[in-house]
Amino acid sequence: MTQLLDQLLNGLQLGFVYALIALGYTMVYGIVRLINFAHGDVFMVGAFLGYFGFGVWGLPWPVAILISMVGCALLGVTIERLAYRPLRDKGAPRIAALITAIGVSLFLEYFASLKFVFGPNFRVVTRPFADKQWMLGGVAISNVQVLIIGVVAVILAVLLFIVYRTKMGKAMRAVSYDQDAARLMGINVNQVITFTFAIGSALAAVAGVLFAIAYPQIFPFMGIMPGLKAFTAAVLGGIGNIPGAVLGALIMGQAEVLTAGYLTTNYRDAIAFSILILVLLVKPAGLLGKAGPEKV
Amino acid sequence: MKDWKKLLPGIILVVVFALLMVLRSVGLIGLYWAKVLDLSLVITISATGLSLIYGFTGQFSLGHAAFYGIGAYTAGFVTKTLGSDPWWFAIALLAGAATAGLIGLLIGMPILRLRSDYLGIATLGFGIIVKVLLDNTDKLAPALGGSRGMLGIPQVSTFTWIFWLAVGTVLLARNLILSSHGRALTSVREDEIASDLMGIDTTRFKTLAFVMGCSFAGLAGGLYAHLYPFLHPTSFDFLKSLDVLLVVVLGGLGSLTGTVVTAIGWVFLLEWLRAVLPGDFLEFRGVIYALVLVIVMIVRPQGLLGGKEFSLNRFFGGKGGSGSTRGGNQRASA
Amino acid sequence: MPLLECKEVCRYFGGLKAVNNFNLTLDHGELVGLIGPNGAGKTTCFNVITGIFPPTMGKVIFDGKDMAGIPPYKVTQTGIARTFQNIRLFKEMTALDNVRVTMHPRAGYGLLDSLLRLPNFGKGEATMTKRAEALLERMGLLSRRDAKAGSLPYGEQRRLEIARALAASPKLLLLDEPAAGMNPSEVGSLVAMIKGIKQDFNLTVLLIEHQMGLVNNVCERLVVLDFGETIAAGTPSEIQTNPRVLEAYLGKAVAG
Repeated sequence: MTQLLDQLLNGLQLGFVYALIALGYTMVYGIVRLINFAHGDVFMVGAFLGYFGFGVWGLPWPVAILISMVGCALLGVTIERLAYRPLRDKGAPRIAALITAIGVSLFLEYFASLKFVFGPNFRVVTRPFADKQWMLGGVAISNVQVLIIGVVAVILAVLLFIVYRTKMGKAMRAVSYDQDAARLMGINVNQVITFTFAIGSALAAVAGVLFAIAYPQIFPFMGIMPGLKAFTAAVLGGIGNIPGAVLGALIMGQAEVLTAGYLTTNYRDAIAFSILILVLLVKPAGLLGKAGPEKV
Repeated sequence: MKDWKKLLPGIILVVVFALLMVLRSVGLIGLYWAKVLDLSLVITISATGLSLIYGFTGQFSLGHAAFYGIGAYTAGFVTKTLGSDPWWFAIALLAGAATAGLIGLLIGMPILRLRSDYLGIATLGFGIIVKVLLDNTDKLAPALGGSRGMLGIPQVSTFTWIFWLAVGTVLLARNLILSSHGRALTSVREDEIASDLMGIDTTRFKTLAFVMGCSFAGLAGGLYAHLYPFLHPTSFDFLKSLDVLLVVVLGGLGSLTGTVVTAIGWVFLLEWLRAVLPGDFLEFRGVIYALVLVIVMIVRPQGLLGGKEFSLNRFFGGKGGSGSTRGGNQRASA
Repeated sequence: MPLLECKEVCRYFGGLKAVNNFNLTLDHGELVGLIGPNGAGKTTCFNVITGIFPPTMGKVIFDGKDMAGIPPYKVTQTGIARTFQNIRLFKEMTALDNVRVTMHPRAGYGLLDSLLRLPNFGKGEATMTKRAEALLERMGLLSRRDAKAGSLPYGEQRRLEIARALAASPKLLLLDEPAAGMNPSEVGSLVAMIKGIKQDFNLTVLLIEHQMGLVNNVCERLVVLDFGETIAAGTPSEIQTNPRVLEAYLGKAVAG
């Protein structure tokens, strides 16, 4: 029984990290209908920035997180400006933006692999604090888990506040419903898009740093799998839907950990994506999504 | 007079083939580049399949490499266990293509009704599942090798096999596209609802394109398996699916010519980069690959030949025309 | 036997009654107009008749056959063809190809013939192409046969949609706002054209339209919808003076 609870906690931990990444995917998709493939690599950059922050430069880890957030927000905004906006302005087909996103993703991975950047090898991350465990009703909960759950909960609250209680948040929601109408209402759509990318990237950065702390191995291609899984989590929950992204991520994280723990680590990726396919077949709009009927 | 024109493409192909064979046997095309040529034609077969699925029918598939892998492993298993003479090789290739096509049918039936983005993710997920299964094939049969890779496949993919199979698949694809069935496929891509309402059984056509495309991938995989000394699951991961998707998009959707040219060109470009970059800078290959991709997409989003085909008719100064009502639409041939 | 019968057809979307208790009988050769303010449910009626949505209640009977559960592509093959309110041409395909798509069910050759270029292919293609060219010519579009549908001017696109629908050899033609965006002189040509094709192709026509210039000159009788309900039916002159219709279009104060 305690083993199950342990695994559940592990699943929660992984799920929350995925949630941060999934939020970025879902918000960007909601606003510009783009699957930002490069998002997983922003996560990777975030992890490295965090590692440099507390590992190499010896800064306290909250500061490292902040630096990572700022750095990744800048990165995300730059990508949007240089790679995606020109296509949007041209009215290019969506697939062009998608392929460009893939290109940016590959670029970040290969560039980071260059020797004078991060280099292709795995790096081991030493945790910036000592491991501690507490017993909670017979279950061991580690300080890393508390950290992750705590940080994500706080961030989620802040994000919901921004999206539902601020003017910018309202603008974001307006643009996601109808970009043209929003523009006609005087909303600076480009600004909203930039802001969304900035926030999404900052969230990915936090996810990266937390991931580095929790699973202490980082390397330039580390963003691919978590990125894909977080993306499928966003779809699982209903793409464009913020609570959905969190729900989907928790499910994905839990499924992955339980498979690895009780079945075999070999099939964990397969199980995660099998769930996705099942959901898509049964409820394609996702668990919390609403299917919009196409007007004929 | 007209018969001469009809035979021309065939004659050109035979001449090209003979020329390449001579160059290869004489050594003017070295062993290394000969292998690159082989690979480029194999990729062409796979890309043609994806072109049917996505370029012409608009079904966004991100798991094409899975079918490539299924074909490779099936075909490799046949020759490895049953024999390597040309008859067994032919059977192996057929088995690879058929298995890929059958699995394409099984997976396609439920997922092809998904909308574009979602179909992409579903096929992506399927691709990953297949890769995981390939990593664990040794549990099914030790000969398959599992994550260590499959060894001992006879290297019987000769240039002759590859060349003529490539020609055959492109020809089949072209025949399909330039027909009423091809028009039906394209109409599905353009507007699925309107297509439905114009009397087209869109589900049947999406499935047709998907199964054919996956079979082509399976055939390509079978040829690939017999090209190198061993087969490894990492050759069939998501990045490989991306690779072939890139080829189809860069070549231009709805252009078979674009797909063929880009498939061959892309493989050569990558190898040329490897040859041309001095040792230290080899690692820049990936960066350049990615940059080329991004720049081409930004500068020319419709791809090299979006929607346009090469036509021998036009090449020889005839009207790019469909003036003739006999023998089908001559707007795009060869 | 009437060609089309809609018996108490209802189409609800959750709580929204897009179409409620819609009754219509079309005899062979009639030309009937379905009119009403925007959002009245006219296109939804078309969508139910063509099989896109099943009726929530009621029946659609075409040529004596209950159309329940028949998918749209089969409905078309049975003899109902339509155009769309927002043009839905196959933009990247040529005008000729757009028309030839609809002919596919009667292509006269199968998949194997296509793949292997067997003799049936050549014969089938020749026949289809000839028919398609004839249709294009009838609609004044033959010179555009090789132009991409998306590149055609608006009026030609509308005519192409009609040519494409005619290629299905339908018995019943549904036209959804064929005159949308046209100026009065264009509408005049459209009136003549609709009358012409109805006669030449032996059609029954049901059309949705706002432009009274077209409706009054072409329709033998009208059915008026408002908020999904049928509020009036009759000849154009009867409808023009019907107070309920005036109220629906113009508002209570004006009618009263």
